[in-house]
Amino acid sequence: MVAVLLPVAGILASFVGGGRAAARIMLLAAPLVIVIAGAIAIQIGYCGQPLVYTVAAIPPPLGIALRADGLSAIMMLTTAAIMPAAALYARAAFEPPNGISDSRESLTFWIMLQAIQAALTLIFVGSDMFNLYVALELLTFAAVPLVCIDGRAETMTAALRYLLFALAGSICYLLGTALLYGEFGTLDMALLAQRMRPAPAVWLASGLMTAGLLAKTALLPLHLWLPPAHANAPAAASAVLSGLVVKGSFFIILRLWFDILPILPAQSVDVVLGLLGSTAVIVGSALALRQARLKLLIAYSTVAQIGYLFLVFPLASGANAGASLGWRGGIMQILAHAFAKAAMFLSAGVLAQALGHDRIAKFEGAGRALPLTFFTLALAGLSLVGLPPSGGFSAKWLMLQAAIASGQWLWSIPILAGGVMAAGYMFRILTPAFADGTAAIVNSPDRTQGAVALGLALVAIALGFVPPAFFDFLEIGRTAAALVAK
Amino acid sequence: MIASTLAGFTGAALVGLGLYGLIIEPHPLRKLLSFNLVGSGVFLVFGIVARRGASGSYAFDPVPQAMVITGIVVAFAASALAVALILRLYAETGGVSLDADASTSASPNSDASG
Repeated sequence: MVAVLLPVAGILASFVGGGRAAARIMLLAAPLVIVIAGAIAIQIGYCGQPLVYTVAAIPPPLGIALRADGLSAIMMLTTAAIMPAAALYARAAFEPPNGISDSRESLTFWIMLQAIQAALTLIFVGSDMFNLYVALELLTFAAVPLVCIDGRAETMTAALRYLLFALAGSICYLLGTALLYGEFGTLDMALLAQRMRPAPAVWLASGLMTAGLLAKTALLPLHLWLPPAHANAPAAASAVLSGLVVKGSFFIILRLWFDILPILPAQSVDVVLGLLGSTAVIVGSALALRQARLKLLIAYSTVAQIGYLFLVFPLASGANAGASLGWRGGIMQILAHAFAKAAMFLSAGVLAQALGHDRIAKFEGAGRALPLTFFTLALAGLSLVGLPPSGGFSAKWLMLQAAIASGQWLWSIPILAGGVMAAGYMFRILTPAFADGTAAIVNSPDRTQGAVALGLALVAIALGFVPPAFFDFLEIGRTAAALVAK
Repeated sequence: MIASTLAGFTGAALVGLGLYGLIIEPHPLRKLLSFNLVGSGVFLVFGIVARRGASGSYAFDPVPQAMVITGIVVAFAASALAVALILRLYAETGGVSLDADASTSASPNSDASG
């Protein structure tokens, strides 16, 4: 529970310290956060059961419990790894100008980055639905200023649109929470799962909550806010927004349907979510193929990759044979996409800085001028396309196996089509880069920034080599109700 | 019981009106007001939940009331943030609209952002 408090303490210290100090506080706290997340993970793995902490020792339903299972530990580790990467990358970009000890931009950036970390950690360990609502709002309020930090009108519009979508989503979620409390008199996840029974109010509440969370996760019909917001944010912020922030709300959808509501006969819900996900894969990839700017292309690729996440619902629920494979595939997709997408956005930032633009058509010869950056892009792309060996390959392979094992082979079509289309947009980036021509380098690229992006891409590849024990670890602490229903 | 049922219906109506406005109204400020309308409806629903949860010597269940207070604070912060954004946008461009420049930022003359 120190894990939640540490970033908050960091925020408070940053207010006192100012912009330059805030960067140092963030970077100093980062290893500590990794150690804490690691310690939690080791303890969970050692005991084989989730860690539970009741705030102020008042047990639910009156008190609030924080609960970390295998999945939350992995998500916390992922966050703890990507955050300092983005921070290291951003250190150069958000250094206050010489002679000034503090600038509003840099102070805001560092505080918001730490707030995102605090909110995400709270989401991953929260086990009270209302607590999760507060964490979600904290996440939004931290993410929106990051989008419009440079204060241009274009980014401000993107941020406003993002905020309005997010508010509509969260108010739906809140109404769902109210209805659930009215029905069961508790919002603690474990107690809710025990008391759960099909009732009209439950259907309405879960529908409202899911719809609200879909808006925040940017699943296809509600994705309109994502590309402008993610493409206009500074590179380090885009990496965090695309790699981690959308996963926060997805994580709650997972919790909702797999931990709280597995008793409901929800086949049709699974199919609807799966169909929305498939459409997102196809349409998102198609839109990515048409973008002229690299950052917008990557942002649309995020829309497509989020679609993959929702294939978890038809593949991993119910008593079918491939359920556990589908679940593993979905989690792997979260992790692989988080690292690959963060690496891509950071490399796109390096490119934009070096070339002074990010128009794909004008990349001729850039591959020779910036070999490391394009190598990073290619590695991350490898994972997005799903070529072995990479995390993306494992994710898609597991999902395909689940689709075939459970006899729902139709779901394999979007999985495969999305891979082919991802290959298409990766080639669109790489082909001009290795064509003849000379690219004018405006600023020479920063070595650290390139190295950070490369490191993230390598992690995305390395995820393809995780031992089977990793997946057993993920299963720790999936609620008893979920296991009974399976 | 009549009173709380009436309040429940009022809450539902507020949520419905607000959602309608949130989707239909093009102007961000009107969208924000609609959001606040939905918010009021939700808080009213929380109030009803608290009233129905009354037991023993308590006339109300205190937990939803605590949640409403938190919810109001969050909604207030959200509105403040949105208004700040709208004002800033107005100062920057002399108008507030959500479409055009945001959705067509792929247009060739918009500059690359780092």
